[in-house]
Formats: sequence, structure tokens, C-alpha cells
Amino acid sequence: MIGEKPKGLRAHLTLTYPALMLGIFFIVPFGLMAAVSFFHRQPGGFYIPGFELTNYKNLYTALFGRTLVFSLFVAGLSAAVCVSIGFPFTYFITRMKRRAQVVWLVLLMSVLSLSEVIVGFAWSLLLSRTAGLSNLFVWLGLMERAVAWYPGFMALLFGICYLAFPYTVLVLYPPLSRLDPALPEAAQTLGASPIRTFFTVVVGSLRNAIVAAFVMVFVFTLGAYLLPQILGRPRHWTLSVLITDAAIYQTNMPLSAAMAIFFMFVSLVLVALTMMIGKRKRIKTV
Amino acid sequence: MSKTLRNIFLGLVLFLLSGPLVVVSGVSLNAKKRLFFPPEGVSMRWYVELLTENSWLIPVKNSLTIAFTSSLLALSIALPLAYFLWRYRVFYARALFTLGISPFILPPVITALGFLSFWVTVGLYGQMAATIISHAIFFVTLPLVTISLGFESIDHEIVEAAETMGADSRMVFRTVIFPMVRPYMISGYAFAYVLSLNEYIVAYMVAGFTVETLPIKIFNSLRYGYTPVMASVTVVFVLLAALIFGLIGRFGDLPKLLGALNPENQ
Amino acid sequence: MPQILIRRFNRAGKSQISIFNDKNSMSGLTLENIDKNFGSVVAVCDVNLLLPDGQFVCFLGPSGCGKTTLLRLIAGLEKPSRGRILLDEEDITHIPAHKRNFGMVFQSLALFPHLTVGENVTYSLRVRKTGKTARRQRARELLDLVKLSGLIDRHISQLSGGQRQRVAMARALAIEPRLFLLDEPLSALDAKLREDMQLELRMLQQRLAVTTILVTHDQREAMTMSDLVVVMGPDNRVHQMGSPLEIYRNPADTFVADFIGTSNLLDGTCSGPRDVTVGGARLEISEMPDGMIPDTKVTVSVRPEEVHVLPGTEEGANRLHGSVSFVRDVGSSVEIYLDCNGLQIVSQSTPKGRPAVRQGDQATAVLPASACVVLRS
Ligand SMILES: Nc1ncnc2c1ncn2[C@@H]1O[C@H](COP(=O)(O)OP(=O)(O)OP(=O)(O)O)[C@@H](O)[C@H]1O
Ligand SMILES: [Mg+2]
Repeated sequence: MIGEKPKGLRAHLTLTYPALMLGIFFIVPFGLMAAVSFFHRQPGGFYIPGFELTNYKNLYTALFGRTLVFSLFVAGLSAAVCVSIGFPFTYFITRMKRRAQVVWLVLLMSVLSLSEVIVGFAWSLLLSRTAGLSNLFVWLGLMERAVAWYPGFMALLFGICYLAFPYTVLVLYPPLSRLDPALPEAAQTLGASPIRTFFTVVVGSLRNAIVAAFVMVFVFTLGAYLLPQILGRPRHWTLSVLITDAAIYQTNMPLSAAMAIFFMFVSLVLVALTMMIGKRKRIKTV
Repeated sequence: MSKTLRNIFLGLVLFLLSGPLVVVSGVSLNAKKRLFFPPEGVSMRWYVELLTENSWLIPVKNSLTIAFTSSLLALSIALPLAYFLWRYRVFYARALFTLGISPFILPPVITALGFLSFWVTVGLYGQMAATIISHAIFFVTLPLVTISLGFESIDHEIVEAAETMGADSRMVFRTVIFPMVRPYMISGYAFAYVLSLNEYIVAYMVAGFTVETLPIKIFNSLRYGYTPVMASVTVVFVLLAALIFGLIGRFGDLPKLLGALNPENQ
Repeated sequence: MPQILIRRFNRAGKSQISIFNDKNSMSGLTLENIDKNFGSVVAVCDVNLLLPDGQFVCFLGPSGCGKTTLLRLIAGLEKPSRGRILLDEEDITHIPAHKRNFGMVFQSLALFPHLTVGENVTYSLRVRKTGKTARRQRARELLDLVKLSGLIDRHISQLSGGQRQRVAMARALAIEPRLFLLDEPLSALDAKLREDMQLELRMLQQRLAVTTILVTHDQREAMTMSDLVVVMGPDNRVHQMGSPLEIYRNPADTFVADFIGTSNLLDGTCSGPRDVTVGGARLEISEMPDGMIPDTKVTVSVRPEEVHVLPGTEEGANRLHGSVSFVRDVGSSVEIYLDCNGLQIVSQSTPKGRPAVRQGDQATAVLPASACVVLRS
């Protein structure tokens, strides 16, 4: 019964509904967005169908360029931070007893599910003058008086990392939990210290998983939209903010669609590049 | 030595993960309408306000309705697709599966903008139905992945065993396949539900001005004047998520759902 | 049940083997010209079998020879690419698995993890809409049968390997199946438990008198348990079918001779109606296959325990001379390896009957005429 070829219409009936739903509500919107990026803007309304490259030409501004570079920079930096903390963290978790593992995973899932707005709000509180961490430091005698640590670049970085950290762990969890426990043990019987084992054997054998995780987290953090507005200054706004603004506040959907398409294109190229570098490295070391 | 190091590291991560939540829960207990931590005086009035003030109740109701229906819809799309893919290994089912997981991988703005263009064109921009369907598609990844895991866990010989014992394919589905994937369906539903409750950008783009969801409401209050109700909402959200995932962790196989291949519990 | 073994060769030289019981009533399972291909892979090739009722049959052969596929064809889980399957002369080739009323035990056991032991055991009754109380009653009977009384409400995950094995058997027997099929159900068990289960399975089968087919690649299991052994070869064909003793004593070809136990396989040529020449020595043969003309190339198969070794060089028929190249004493038996001008001959004897030879000695191997089986090369 399993693994055979589907025969006739009846077998395919099962697939019809999901195919229709995904086709109508995902492919069509996507195609539409791509089309809209070539449409003509109608001030006050949404768009007039047509074909022009004006929207793409309008991307060529200092603001767009700066925002694009900044978005990629923040995403890359926070992905690097998340993976370098998340990898040892996930490794420790996967070596724990099942019960402890479940407790950590529940905590991580709960944090993961938090809305960006909630994360932003929580961090803005934590970094605020009246309710923040600096009060704790004053109380401990480490600081003279409480200060506000946001808005600013560091606040934004913390917020994004907090948002992306559970996601990073989730991406790293399957490969790490499937890592043969005999591997690090074998290294230790050969005389490697636990720390050395971790870096040589665990990191070494999972280099591909690390690259993949970096890419996933990078794309995930590219999506940050509210945090830059809550924790950053206007110069820290990312492309997501720009795209939404263009669509909603300037009701310039063609421009916004062009930005989105361009954005997607750039991130896909970067992802492909990262993957290629990851592969080349592997070939060199092997 | 390395064990202490490990514990310090884990402690630090725990501190960073829970720090913001601790501060928020503290703030939510403030007696006055000020955001102070540690709280000045303890009161539950912000929780009461959350449940009595219409300006908060309506978004709560919107969010719950959207989360409930959209995850149900997501489940209804994911189940037949995952079943078909498990039963017939054909390329177009696999392609559809890839399509189903891509909304979760693309930067959300892009998907959100796609939805916006679509609903504007169709004329449903600003309707709750638009938000519901958009969320269903946006989060279909979660039930799709979990249910597929569930199907993968059914050995083909189990199905054949049922057949040799006299069950036709409908009976096999009812008595073997469905009961075996049910826990995975519940988890997938729960994942989608929690994430839909917390989703901002799609809801905002598709119907942000007419159908206010809780995240939208929180962001709006963040812009136009703070109130501790925001903190109490956050606490409720965290607790709800912790409760749901705690239940999955207690009754389901959370490590396996998240991709571990552990035969530990056998 | 007295049986007549009929063995005949058709024109193509393929042996067609069947066993009829004396009423000659064809009741049983018949496979006719069965082929099964998966794409370009040939899984089962040209199988013709007649399995009489009430027998314990083993499908024996090396890995990948198509045993599982043949069993699945019988169960209706695969459709043959060619040929027919008949049960009591009724064509069941196109009847789906769920309408065949057979019981099958899978290699992985395939117990339902979401059901209790009792629910597993009576699943086939549930499918047939039997009431709850009747099901529970039957579950008790079945669990008594496999000595698992009292475990009715356990979950599958709470059982040991041997207990799961029994649950799987009880489950397959719940509806008193017309055929009881087992695919290497014992291969995952440790040696001791495995032997216990073999014995129990055999007793169970005799008590219920149900026609049983067991797939195995363990020849000891096949030889000790079954009434009939079907030997399949790496060419995915059936090479021989017969009682274990028959197969051991009279292997149909060199593959069977080699696969079942160990055998001395000696190349030679036919030199007379009852003579074969091997390595320059003349062997008298008690029973020659039909149609052997002089100068036919043949292989002579002799079991090591039939070979006697005498010290020194002794002339005579059925004797080969050589030097002892190796003596292996494993306690319960002694093996002597003789090198007879390039021909290697192994002899096996009990420690009591151990010949007085040592490594390097000249010795004579005696191959009794009745023990030499002549096979076409
Ligand atoms: N579904 C399938 N698709 C393709 N080839 C198959 C399939 N099932 C079996 N085969 C092939 O058919 C041949 C016979 O397989 P089968 O499983 O019957 O062997 P077997 O005798 O049971 O071996 P084993 O002792 O290892 O279980 C093998 O070459 C196998 O690779
Ligand atoms: Mg097999």
C-alpha cells in the first residue's frame, strides 16, 4: 500500500485540496507581488497594471542602499553571535537527561513563540532607566545611577539575538542530538580533553550543520521588523521596515514589491554563496 | 573544571533568556500606572483591566479567533498533504511539501507583502477572513512538518500487518494511521496556534487597521504611551505558551518532534 | 499422513517437485509459474510449488534470494508479475491481502504501539466487527495459548522482546487463519530464547494443525523445525523442495549441497552406469540419476561425516590417497583435512572414532558408495 504510484483520480483527490489552497493563497500572491513590482503606482490608490522598470530604478537611492547593507550586516552579526552561543548550548542540552532536556526545550519554545513586539517591549523594559538592569547594578554598587541603554545599536543586537536564539537552537538540535555519542567518547579515550574534543570532534564533524544553521538564522533575522523600531534609532531601521512603510504609509505598493523582490534576490544569492563557501572549506580540509 | 564552566555558561543563557520575562512580570504587578522594577506596590489591577477594558478585550478576542481558526485551517491543509507524501513518494507531492515549508523560510515581510497584494486585488483587504487564511498558509509549515514526522514513525509493516488481519484501507486509516498521527496533529496545531497568537507583520499588513490583534495592540500602545497592561498581556502570553509546550513536553515526545532520533524512551 | 514423494524432470531439465497426500485431493497452496520483478530487479523467478495442508514449511536461502517476496506474494501484499496462486484450487492471485484470512508475523513484528496487548491480539476481530466482550474472551484464550496470561492490559512498550514475539504470533492466530506466515520472526532474539521459541512455535503449529510457512536464512532452524524445506538460491529460483533429511542426503544440485551443511564437492566424469572417476580414482555409486551417459561432467557430493579416514595407503574402489594437511579438534567432533593431489577432502568423526593420523601423515579417504550423491555440473 505504501510507496506505490498513485492511480487514478480518486487517489489524487486527497492532494487536490492542499494543492489548491497553497496554489491560490501562496503561489498566486507571490506571483502577484512579483507582477506588482512592474506595475505603475497610482498615488492615493494602490496600483495600475502595466509594465515599467521605474520601481526598480527608484530603488537606486542612498537610503535604500544604506538600509540594505545595514540589514545584511545586522543579520550576519546576530546570526554569528547566535550560532556561536547556540552551538555549545545545544550540545550541552542534547547530552542532558531526557527530563532536563524537555524542560529546556519548553523554555526555548516559549521564548521562540513570543511575538517580536513582546520581545521588544521586554528588552526595552530591561534596558530602561526606571525598570532596567542598571537599577540592579546601582543596587550592587557597580554604578552611580541608573541609565537608559536604549535605543541604540547594542540594544537592537541584544533584542535580535534574543529573538533568534531559540530558533538557532531549534535548527541545531536535530543534527546535534543525532550525533553519535560514541564519537566524543572515542576522542576522550584517545586523550583529548572535553574542551578539545568539543572543538575538534563535535564542531569538526558538524561543520555543514553549522553553516546551514548560520544561513537559516541569517534569513530569519533579516525578517526583524519591529525590534529596529522599538530598540533602535531611525538609522537602525531595516529593510523590512522600509518595505512595510512604503506599502502601508506611502501606499506605494509597486515600489515596496520591487524592494521585496530585490531583497529576496539578494538574500538568496548570499545564502547560495555561504553554502558554496561552506562546501569548499569542507573539501579543502577533508 | 569544564563542568563548572559548562554550568556557568548554561546559567548565563538561562539568565539572558528569562531576564526580560522576570522584569516584565515584575512590572505587570505595579500598583501605579508607571513602569517600575522592582514594582512599587503589588496589585493585579492591570490583569483585571486586560480582561475588562474593551480596548484590550477586542484584540484578545480577535487574536484567539484568528489563532483558533487559522491553525485548524493549516491542519486541514497539512494532513492530506503529509498523508499523500507518505503514501505515494511522487515528485509533485514533494514539490508541494517544499512549497508548504517555504513561507516559514522566507523573510516574513516578503510573504506578508504577497498577501497584501493578493487581498487588495481580491478585495478582501482588511477582513478577518484575510488574516485567518494568510495565517493558515503562513504557519502551515508547522503542522506539515510535525505530521510528516508522525507518518514517518509508522512503519510500513504496521500497515501491512493491519491489512493481513482483514482491514481495508479505510479501516487501516481509521484504526491505525489516524490514532498514530493524532499526537503529532495536536502538537502541530498547538505550534501553529501559539505562533499565530504572536504574529505581527502578516496580520498588520493584511488587516492591521481594521482587525486589531493583540501584538498590533501592544505595538500601538508602545508607540502612543506605555501602560502596565502591556506587561500583563505579555505575562499571559508567556504563561500560555509555556503551558501549551509544557503539556506537549509532558504528554508528547518533544525531543522527537524537534527532530531528535532518540530511542531513549524504549 | 503417509505421503508419496514424486520427483520428475521436465524437458528443460528443471525439476518439478510436488508432494501429494494419498487422497490426491489437491487441497493446499499451489504456486504456478510465479515471477516477481521490481523494475529491472528480479526478486522471484519461475516458482512452482505445491504445499499440502497441515505442514510446517520453511523457505530457506541466502539473503536477497526472494524469500520475503515469495511470502508477501502468498500473503497478497505483492502482486506477481506472472503466474497464479491457488488455494484449494481456487485462484486467489487477485484477492487483496485483507480478504485472504491469513495470519502473518512480520520480521519487525509490526505490533500496534498505540494499542494494548489485548487490543493488538484481537485487532482482526475488531475489524470483523466482533463485540467487545467476545473479543476480550478471545484475547484471554490467545494469550493463554502463548503463555502470556495476565498481560492483557499492558502496553507494547512494556514488553520484553520474547513477549512481543508471542503477542505477534497470538495476533496472527486470532482468526484461526487458513495459512500462518512468518518472516524471520526469531532472527532478533538471542540464541537461547530463539531455541525455546522455535520449540514452542513448532508445538503450537502441531496443536493447531495450521499450515505454516516460515521464512529463514538459518539452515539449522529450517532443518530442525519443518516438515518440508524449500531451498531458494541466489538466482532467485527454487532449487529443491523436500523433507529436511531428503534435502540433506540428496541435494538436487551443487548449490543445495553446499548451502545445506558442509559438503565435499568433487568434480569428476561419468565412467560407467554406476561409476564416476574423480581425481584418477574410481568411485562406485549406489544410485545414479537418470540419463547419465559416459563422459558427462558431474559433481560428487559427500558429507564429511560419511567420509572415513584410514592411516596409510590402502588400495581399492572408492578410495582416495593423500596427506593430512590439517586436524581440527573442536571437542565434540574432529575434522581431518586431506590433500589428495589437489583435491581437498574433509572428514568429520566423533572423538571416539578418531582415526590414528596426524598432520603430515599419508592417509586414505573412503567414500562409501551409498553416501556419494552425483550431481550434474
Ligand atoms: N520493494 C522492492 N523494490 C525493489 N526491489 C526489491 C523490493 N523488495 C525486494 N526487492 C529485491 O528483491 C530481491 C529479493 O528480496 P527479498 O526481500 O525477497 O529477499 P530475502 O530472501 O527476503 O532476503 P533477506 O534474507 O535478506 O531478508 C532483492 O534483490 C531485493 O533487493
Ligand atoms: Mg527477507
